Amino acid sequence: MTTSQANNPLGPGYDGVPGKELRFRDVFRDTLRAEMIRDEDVFLMGEDISGGFDKDTKEPLDAWGGPFAATKGLVQEFGPERIRDAPISEAGFVGAAIGSALTGLRPVVDLMYFDFVTVAFDQLLSNAAKSRYMFGGQTRVPLTLFARSGAGTGHAAQHSESFYSMLAHIPGLKVVVPSDPYSVKGLLAAAIRDDDPVFLVNDKKLINLTGFVPDEDYVIELGKGRYLRRGTDVTLVGMSYTSIACQKAADQLAEIGIDAEVIDMMSLSPFDEDILIESVAKTHNVVIVDEDTPRASMASEFAAVIADKAFDHLDAPVKRVTAPHSPVPYNRDLEIAYMPQPEDVVRTVRKLLGHE
Amino acid sequence: MDISKEKLEWMYTTMYRIRRFEETMLEQTFKGNSMGVTHPSDGQEAPPTGICAHLTEKDWIGSTHRGHGHCIAKGLDTSAMMAEIMGKATGQCGGKGGSMHIADFSKGMLGANAIVGASIPLAVGAALTAKYKGIENESVGVSFFGDGASSQGVLHESMNLASVWKLPVIFACENNGYAEATPAWYAVSASDIASRAEGYGMPGVVVDGMDVFAVYDAAGEAIARARAGEGPTFLELKTYRYHGHFHADDPKKYRKPEEEQFYLDKDPIKHFEATVTKQKLMSAKQLKAIRDAVEQEMLDAVEFGMNSPMPDASALYDDVYINYSNPIQGLR
Ligand SMILES: Cc1ncc(C[n+]2csc(CCOP(=O)(O)OP(=O)(O)O)c2C)c(N)n1
Ligand SMILES: [Mg+2]
Repeated sequence: MTTSQANNPLGPGYDGVPGKELRFRDVFRDTLRAEMIRDEDVFLMGEDISGGFDKDTKEPLDAWGGPFAATKGLVQEFGPERIRDAPISEAGFVGAAIGSALTGLRPVVDLMYFDFVTVAFDQLLSNAAKSRYMFGGQTRVPLTLFARSGAGTGHAAQHSESFYSMLAHIPGLKVVVPSDPYSVKGLLAAAIRDDDPVFLVNDKKLINLTGFVPDEDYVIELGKGRYLRRGTDVTLVGMSYTSIACQKAADQLAEIGIDAEVIDMMSLSPFDEDILIESVAKTHNVVIVDEDTPRASMASEFAAVIADKAFDHLDAPVKRVTAPHSPVPYNRDLEIAYMPQPEDVVRTVRKLLGHE
Repeated sequence: MDISKEKLEWMYTTMYRIRRFEETMLEQTFKGNSMGVTHPSDGQEAPPTGICAHLTEKDWIGSTHRGHGHCIAKGLDTSAMMAEIMGKATGQCGGKGGSMHIADFSKGMLGANAIVGASIPLAVGAALTAKYKGIENESVGVSFFGDGASSQGVLHESMNLASVWKLPVIFACENNGYAEATPAWYAVSASDIASRAEGYGMPGVVVDGMDVFAVYDAAGEAIARARAGEGPTFLELKTYRYHGHFHADDPKKYRKPEEEQFYLDKDPIKHFEATVTKQKLMSAKQLKAIRDAVEQEMLDAVEFGMNSPMPDASALYDDVYINYSNPIQGLR
């Protein structure tokens, strides 16, 4: 790997790969589609993914293209058996998805807003995550779930959570968080092909962003992070949308002569300990940026691993930039203050490096 | 009709207030003065009005993401509601809740709730409090929810609980035919949701939810039963939302014009006007005076919201806990 400073989604050193600039939500849909073509056992369920039905013909209307337009056009192509519109019964249909996974199918569940995972939490924790272990390895649960997290859209306390740490806490469940069109393609494909239950959480703020996506079919190995930028003075650790905040912060830091390295974790469980240690061994300073609330969070977990395994490399304490320990407020100014902003990261780095 | 003159005036004021609040709120949303997503309930004025006509501030209601009508019928202040939607410090929840989370505990309003089905057991709990304290005759719980929410397990658990414990609660299912774009005929296995009540040992009544008098009568019976200690009732109010699921949704993508027209022809406000003028219970002049007063109230609400200050930056950290005044601020 070279030490280029470019913000390349493939990481520094991967120039000249054939591909194009695409929108996150289109890549999401195209990846679902490709996986459904690839494997007939893959099917989708979720509320409103058929977007209503004509009263007379009973044909699906696809009025919304599914929540966040993630499934646009799929019901016309695959039909309502494989694009299975579900009543508002999260506990029931997530449980049914697990049951179908235990018996040979590969269900993919759209949970719409991440907050709604709590309605189905018992099924996820007690059945999806534990079946293989408690039944002595007899079975597998090739289930994929996805949902949208994050504040910033005026949806207030019950539609804006980022508590993916609650999922990462569960042994048996894998958790991935794409941060751009490149990573959503590789992570969603990997999640669907994986034989364990995988939850993909995508921040709402990513949905309309565009980015470079290679043409080829690829998967991103679950549990691996990537470098978005190489630098020598400080490591900025991002996940989901905060990887974008970290890149913006790195640009601002460069203007004042601070050379930041940016890591995008991509997977939260399992996660890439090696990339954290490797980077900190070089920069000796680290700031972890997370939109989740700080107690028992991924930021805290990454900090613990660094303190445990890279302590001797550190020149300064590990810093975290996170949301406050509070629900998400409605008012826009408060909501902006709630989310870690690039300026918050810059301020923290300057303080950390005594650059004030 | 044995509805008092005052009650009729209240009903008309309430329905017209809901209608105009939703229209005004949408206008403000499109002007960019709302800070978030809003779910209008115009067309659905009759259920909250006909039910809350029997309630006092000691009774409790639970509500949904489409909660403005419930709030207004329970007597919440429209200026404080408008200011809340505008995210202002003077809003009903200090600008921290928004359209989907308006509550007023002083008025017996347990809060609008954005998790579908989540407020249903809260109304059951309020009824439990009443029974516990022996005040069922003056405090019942009413849970408002939609056809979509009727598929949530928590409704079924709540109905069974309320019946087993014989609680003074009314399950008020506003069946507007749709959950987002999904029609009830697709997502709900029963053609009348009220038929499910039988399985839980309570009366289930199908009501024309576009006719406030029909709602008033059915609710009157259900609430009298609850106050008399006879337990829960399920009301299914067949109604219609005139606008889309949320402010930016175009319902024409999934609803037929004939269907929309069918309900527009049954408009609850026009139906009320026609009924009371025909029966000479209220004059056209009286009705107009009420409308004029509501129009002024809406102008005042918008002005109040627009002129109100933003919440203090410190509000972000307030009220996470009661007795822990320094919760963890964002780590920076
Ligand atoms: C647990 C949960 N699942 C899904 C949603 C997304 N959602 C919000 S409103 C809605 C439809 C609700 O339909 P209904 O209960 O009929 O109420 P209506 O919108 O018609 O008033 C859905 C699916 C949610 N808010 N909460
Ligand atoms: Mg509905």
